[in-house]
Amino acid sequence: MRISSQYAWRALVATWLTAACTIAHAQTPLTVEINGVGTNRYPIAVSNFKGAAPTDIVSVVKADLSNSGRFNQIDTGGATVGVDDSVDLGTWRAKGANAFVSGTIVPAGNGNFQVSFRLYDAVNGQPLGGLALTSSSANLRLTAHKIADYIYQKLLGDRGVFATRLSYVLHSGSNYQLQISDSDGQDARVALNSREPIISPAWSPDGTKVAYVSFEKRKPVVYIHDLPTGRRAVLANEKGNNSAPSWAPDGSKLAVALSRDGNTQIYQVNANGGGLKRLSRSGAIDTEPQYSPDGKWIYFTSDRGGGPQIYKMPAGGEGEGAAQRVTFKGSYNVSPRISPDGKLLAFIARQGGGFKLCVQDMSTGDVTALTDTSHDESPSFAANGKYILYATQSGGRKVLAAVSVDGQTRQILQVRGGEVREPSWGPFMQ
Amino acid sequence: MSSLLRNILAISSLAALAACSSGVKLDDQANANKGQTTTDARAVAPVDASADELNNPNGPLAKRSVYFGFDQYSVDAQYTPMLQAHANFLNKYSQRHVLVQGNTDPRGTSEYNLALGQKRAESVVKALSALGANTSQMEAVSLGKEKATGTDEAGWAQDRRADLAY
Repeated sequence: MRISSQYAWRALVATWLTAACTIAHAQTPLTVEINGVGTNRYPIAVSNFKGAAPTDIVSVVKADLSNSGRFNQIDTGGATVGVDDSVDLGTWRAKGANAFVSGTIVPAGNGNFQVSFRLYDAVNGQPLGGLALTSSSANLRLTAHKIADYIYQKLLGDRGVFATRLSYVLHSGSNYQLQISDSDGQDARVALNSREPIISPAWSPDGTKVAYVSFEKRKPVVYIHDLPTGRRAVLANEKGNNSAPSWAPDGSKLAVALSRDGNTQIYQVNANGGGLKRLSRSGAIDTEPQYSPDGKWIYFTSDRGGGPQIYKMPAGGEGEGAAQRVTFKGSYNVSPRISPDGKLLAFIARQGGGFKLCVQDMSTGDVTALTDTSHDESPSFAANGKYILYATQSGGRKVLAAVSVDGQTRQILQVRGGEVREPSWGPFMQ
Repeated sequence: MSSLLRNILAISSLAALAACSSGVKLDDQANANKGQTTTDARAVAPVDASADELNNPNGPLAKRSVYFGFDQYSVDAQYTPMLQAHANFLNKYSQRHVLVQGNTDPRGTSEYNLALGQKRAESVVKALSALGANTSQMEAVSLGKEKATGTDEAGWAQDRRADLAY
């Protein structure tokens, strides 16, 4: 088992100015702390773009690339290079940059802006294309994230997740808020405000809805919340507990944990609330269902063997095939999450007195602890499978953290004056 | 003799009269009282709230928490008298319902603790049922670790409980 503290971590705190708060904006932005960076960082120079917009697009692009732990920013000395300007790549190569980015921002009418950029391979002296993106001033951060995604994919070969979103619960005093933010924790919006706890948010596959457990009726009830409209529908409110929603990959149904028959068991329910069907059949606790990316299996936590361990069963339930145990090391393994490519299982293991985020290689069974914190919970994979978002404690505070699946890059996201819990990393969106 | 007889008769009449006037007097008072309760706008009619046994802070129903040991989910015998009082109350008032909310200490993960808290709530519902309470008047639910406040062993012992919420 590899312990991440063997790496030398560098600490850097980056705080961004947020756009003027509207009523829907959260009042307390998340701050991001980068702990450690990858060993093979790609050197890139991003020039200032010609023109201006209400959002500092270049700063967002640079921060995205740096926060990924996979890029090293080459100082441009404040150079401004437009998208159609001729570029002396040899100069940038001499400064150590393997890639260079130029760009131009122009007003596009009705308060919109067109942001165009071009990416160059400075080593081979080749242009690597670019995009012209038009957006409202409210969506300029999204435009910046899309630029960073393009650069990330062109240079590293993996799809970027900068334009994806996070959901999490901010708890301050007696107030609970389900917030939706950009992938960097900025531009947070309040989706639900409540006096009672909210747990287990789960993104729909299309990224427009979040299912979650709310205690506003003095008991756990599962809701589906349509983010653009704010409309909520009860998904499961059976007698007893209703919890742990997980979307099937096609979005047509969800698996949930219900105690309607006495002990907590896993059920399937249509996304519109009908068609309840029991899937697990044990006299123990079966909870935390998670569909495999191909939709064929449901991974879940069960203490049917004594302590809690992770099992899998056919998505149609134990009636279609016996459940198989998946985790074997340690006496307490919970909260299974499957990587988008199906090759890694992330979960929380109790080790000593602590709870640690681990990954298990699905083919070899090898288990690796990814963090040096001891109160880890609620893991979720980034849509590209390269990072895991989770909740933990840092300096006695409840914070969010993200770690690369190789354990080399970690970020802490925290909110002043509040505790952040129950994170979930959203999917790619169109 | 005749004067004696007259005296006796006179005394009897007085006695009869006295009895008669006494009865009239009592009736007058009764009527006067009735008149007061229906016509006096300043009257205050008392209602005894302690008649609802649930609200008596000194009654057996004031106790509503069952505490559990670490990793324990069965109800200790010390809670039988308290639960018997609640079972009797539920039987007496068949329209009343109780939500039994299970809780855990803050260690561990949200969803698994939610399921563990549910086990505590189910244990209390089963105990109430065994003491004669109707299951249709009870619901076992869990708050998991969401309401836990403990930061040490003593605090965690307070967190590990099930509450009866009417």
